[in-house]
Amino acid sequence: MTTRIERRFADLKAEGRAGLVVFVTAGDPDYASALDLVKALPGAGADVIELGMPFTDPMADGPAIQASSLRALKSGQTMKKTLAFVTEFRASDQKTPIVLMGYYNPIYSYGVEAFLKDALAAGVDGLIIVDLPPEEDTELCLPALEAGLNFIRLATPTTDDQRLPKVLTNTSGFVYYVSIMGITGTKSASDADIAKAVQRLKRHTDLPVAVGFGIKSAEQARAVAQEADAAVVGSAVVSRIADSLDANGKPKAGLKEHVLELVRDLAGGVRAAAKQRSAVA
Amino acid sequence: MVDCAPFARPVTSKPVNKPNTFRAGPDEHGRFGVFGGRFVAETLMPLILAVEQAYNEAKDDPKFAEQMDYYRKHYIGRPSPLYLAERLTQELGGAKIYLKREELNHTGSHKVNNCIGQILLAKRMGKTRIIAETGAGQHGVATATVAALFNLPCTVYMGEVDIARQQPNVFRMRLLGAEVVPVKSGTRTLKDAMNEALRDWVANVEDTFYIIGTVAGPHPYPAMVRDFQSVIGEEAKQQHHEAEGRLPDALVACIGGGSNAMGLFHPFLDDTSVEIYGVEAAGDGVETGRHAASITGGRPGVLHGNRTYLLQDADGQISDAHSISAGLDYPGIGPEHSWLHEIGRAQYVSATDQEALDAFQLLARVEGIIPALEPAHALAYLKKLAPKLGKNKTVILNLSGRGDKDIFAVAERLGTKL
Ligand SMILES: Cc1ncc(COP(=O)(O)O)c(C=O)c1O
Repeated sequence: MTTRIERRFADLKAEGRAGLVVFVTAGDPDYASALDLVKALPGAGADVIELGMPFTDPMADGPAIQASSLRALKSGQTMKKTLAFVTEFRASDQKTPIVLMGYYNPIYSYGVEAFLKDALAAGVDGLIIVDLPPEEDTELCLPALEAGLNFIRLATPTTDDQRLPKVLTNTSGFVYYVSIMGITGTKSASDADIAKAVQRLKRHTDLPVAVGFGIKSAEQARAVAQEADAAVVGSAVVSRIADSLDANGKPKAGLKEHVLELVRDLAGGVRAAAKQRSAVA
Repeated sequence: MVDCAPFARPVTSKPVNKPNTFRAGPDEHGRFGVFGGRFVAETLMPLILAVEQAYNEAKDDPKFAEQMDYYRKHYIGRPSPLYLAERLTQELGGAKIYLKREELNHTGSHKVNNCIGQILLAKRMGKTRIIAETGAGQHGVATATVAALFNLPCTVYMGEVDIARQQPNVFRMRLLGAEVVPVKSGTRTLKDAMNEALRDWVANVEDTFYIIGTVAGPHPYPAMVRDFQSVIGEEAKQQHHEAEGRLPDALVACIGGGSNAMGLFHPFLDDTSVEIYGVEAAGDGVETGRHAASITGGRPGVLHGNRTYLLQDADGQISDAHSISAGLDYPGIGPEHSWLHEIGRAQYVSATDQEALDAFQLLARVEGIIPALEPAHALAYLKKLAPKLGKNKTVILNLSGRGDKDIFAVAERLGTKL
């Protein structure tokens, strides 16, 4: 069975370029504005959408994504609404993969079985759950794979060669390389370190490798796309949402355009890398 | 009272999955029944496995035991007395009350028992920087203290709300050379301090050791902290035996994350004649929703690396805890307590802010001991339990800390300006 994620990465490969993965939190700053924005992301150059499931205690996230999560919760976002959000998106876009990203407790509270059933029905393609390492695979990873969802695992600079096979074993769709030791939206890794890390991962897996954490500009996206199969951008995107709110936290008129401007820019960066890639190939 | 005696004996007629000891956990996955585990980000996972391995090696190393004994005796001032509180016994008119005097430890609470163990482990692992979270500031002070003793830089994360209500401890930590970082995220209390400490750790895994202050967090922390705190129960068992020639009838301790309670309870778990009571903070009352009673008013979930009872809404979002006591103001509880609750070996009850304030003043007046607000919750429950147990019975209460840090907050509640 091929999933939407697998097809998307196969298409990107055929095009000879890396993809752009864009992170937005479902319901940030409110359900309607977020849906309007997410629907426009593919047109602006997002190849995969990573949709945050908001959580009160996002332990691995920096201030930008923490704030995004809290804005969504404040606007009344729930897991049910996040799944409805995906359903609505799917009604108008059957091609762009959606990966839900978040923490385990809201899923555990919803019930793993019910969640997988409803996520599949909504048109979710994959899951990234920050606080479920391979040691806890029986919780959600194995049931999700069984249900036909991709389970995308994070590999980090601390995942050494000895541990990497364990991390990769039940990973599918793509591998997400966290390029720094730290939380989202803080430091950035050097191009050289990223290149080395991607090469190391490629020695262990045939899965596409996406690289994220710390990518803010088109130039950084270009540099990552040079080495990896996709660049993931999150904090910089949700910071654009934060920029576009009035004193009461309500979206200003230009919010969507302000975010899309960055996404187009990043997509340009990723595509610029493609030319150089084919030049060396 | 649930009768657990059949669980404790290897009775063949009982279903095979009933444990014949309550002290064997956790299993190799860090689970106590379904509770516990290792729910952390991948960046931390290799380090957590390294901590587990280092701890297992230390446990088997007589040198490590020797070091622990040395610092317990000469630095902390152990053993702490088991004191027969005659006037309190008279006042409550029931069971004979013994106080395990953890408030006499260096730094004023039980927290230092654990900190000494963890910093010795950090040294063994070659770590050069210490971080911690703190609520009441007692764990922060204890961590800052051992960091000073072992000459390691120390950063303590503390919620802004707690900084405001535990000023004396903030000053103490700074005197001890620690950096106190105010946490402004979320509810600005203990849970957020723990989030922030975890974020620091993720960014500094290579040189940093995280000294968690209670029996929570990912495996091996709940087991490790329990082991370091079990000295409380081991001493108490022996001291009670010397005084009474038998086991006590009941144990009472307050529960924040549950480390002082687990330290007292664990050595008695297989003595099934001993009734065990953990007292959670009921804040304004469990029925008001403004409380910190995770077992009484919560349900199982996953936070801070383990599955346990949590305060959360219908959607799995973590709720704010509320308690007059900063040290109990946490929406979770150690996973081993959740397990003891589910199998019925321990009872989890609660006491409100007001009941704790009353008990705080009572102990000061009748025994000349000003307790911390945290164990004042245990005392509040003891006021109900002692008469119920009756005169021929004995009960040990873990007096986990002294109240010096709380006098400002209590004065304010009582309408006195200092
Ligand atoms: C004196 C005292 N007792 C109890 C606690 C609660 O922690 P635990 O439940 O881990 O013992 C604290 C925490 O700050 C404390 O300072």
